[in-house]
Amino acid sequence: MIEVKNIKKGFSEKVVINDVSAVFETGKCNLIIGTSGSGKTVLMKCLVGLFEPDSGEIFYDGQPFSEMTEEHRKELRQRIGMLFQGSALFDSMTVEQNVMFPLDMFTKDTYAVKLKRVNEVLDRVNLKDANKKFPAEISGGMKKRVGIARAIVLNPKYLFCDEPNSGLDPQTSLLIDKLIKEITTEYNITTVVNTHDMNSVMEIGDNIIYMYQGLKEWEGSNKEIIFSKNKLLNEFIFASEFLQDAKDMRMLEMKGKIDNNRNMDDLLK
Amino acid sequence: MSFFTEFGRYLLMLKGMFSKPENGKMYWKEFMHQCSEIGIGSLGIVVIISIFMGAVSTLQTAYQLVSPFIPLSTIAQIVRDTVILEFSPTLVCIVLAGVVGSKIASELGNMRVSEQIDALEIMGINTKTYLILPKLLAAIVVIPMLVVISAVLGMWGGRLAGTMTGILSGAAFDKGLHQFFKPYNVFFALAKAYTFAFIISSIPAYYGYYVRGGALEIGRASTKSVVVSCVLVLFADYLLAALLL
Repeated sequence: MIEVKNIKKGFSEKVVINDVSAVFETGKCNLIIGTSGSGKTVLMKCLVGLFEPDSGEIFYDGQPFSEMTEEHRKELRQRIGMLFQGSALFDSMTVEQNVMFPLDMFTKDTYAVKLKRVNEVLDRVNLKDANKKFPAEISGGMKKRVGIARAIVLNPKYLFCDEPNSGLDPQTSLLIDKLIKEITTEYNITTVVNTHDMNSVMEIGDNIIYMYQGLKEWEGSNKEIIFSKNKLLNEFIFASEFLQDAKDMRMLEMKGKIDNNRNMDDLLK
Repeated sequence: MSFFTEFGRYLLMLKGMFSKPENGKMYWKEFMHQCSEIGIGSLGIVVIISIFMGAVSTLQTAYQLVSPFIPLSTIAQIVRDTVILEFSPTLVCIVLAGVVGSKIASELGNMRVSEQIDALEIMGINTKTYLILPKLLAAIVVIPMLVVISAVLGMWGGRLAGTMTGILSGAAFDKGLHQFFKPYNVFFALAKAYTFAFIISSIPAYYGYYVRGGALEIGRASTKSVVVSCVLVLFADYLLAALLL
């Protein structure tokens, strides 16, 4: 579990995160959503220690991050996996070498053992026959899967995903979402996903935090978000009229005023 | 950013490089890789420059020494000292600042922009130690070797040009090479090579490591690192000459 208490972070004069507190539970997909510039990436970078918060505290399983020594932080980071927005694969290494890199660095296993583990995780993310390919030779979706494989190869306790669906088609996005969800429950890890993709929100959002201008504006689950009365959140999730109509229809369905089997064509009329 | 802020950050970067490696074997592998990249990668250009540098030195020295009272072997003596004292360490290192420096800056810059450095940080790896230290050590080991090779090839190129054009015989050139030879000059050349190696690896590493932005900024950082390295090499060249000669 990761707990964030009253975190503040600013750059020069501008406050980017203002007094945010949250709990990211183990075995759940915790989502941070918000418009561009709302502070979600900065919050995630504070969580993984790439940025030092100006004030507040982050607790990893009850251990305050700011009080950890450099050595302790290094140990903790070996239990963190992160999927970056642009995948951040090492472009001079093959897929296999990319995934094997954390094993090379932090284990003393033989090459055969490491290769077995690499093939296991590549299998887990449904990537076969791509071992010898370079990142430039594979698609965006495959890169994300290699990124996930590299993030989980050391069996992390915490998984961070920064906009895992950016630049992907809806079908591949769905696959990546499912994969993140499955891995979270399978390995019982604390997953924090930074996204503004509404499909992801509905698909995997066990616990959702909505950020607006550096503040935590709303918190709930994917079952609650659709019925939220928060104006700012509604403006964000129902930015398209189509979704607003879909919500209205769902509300009417709930009240039994319209037929559940109503054709979507009616809605589009 | 002010000069003092940049200089302070540069010193902090150098200090940050010295931490215990997570896995000595991986660091050794990276060091050997960098030795090969810097050494083998630049050998071709060093060979070409050195041979022509020596050849041109012979022709131009012969052109200027018109007095019949000066023995022809003096040409070889002048070529030898010019190549060892100045041409091989300084000229080769200025060329290497372009070849090696721009490569280091753009490699690190690209890693920074594409979040590869962040990915390494999150894995718990000290990126300054893993990415910069092997480059710096490799440069310090390999560049003096290149300078020695360059000096030998420079003198050989001078001999070749002298005999081919009929300016002086091979025997006269060899005699001149042995005349009044001071081993201290080799020490001076190596002192320059080590200093320049440090400059042309650490300055581009600094500009590449702290690059912000995109492809355009990587290009700018690369160019700036080469310019600053060249200026510092020339400045250090003067300083070392004033101190050691």
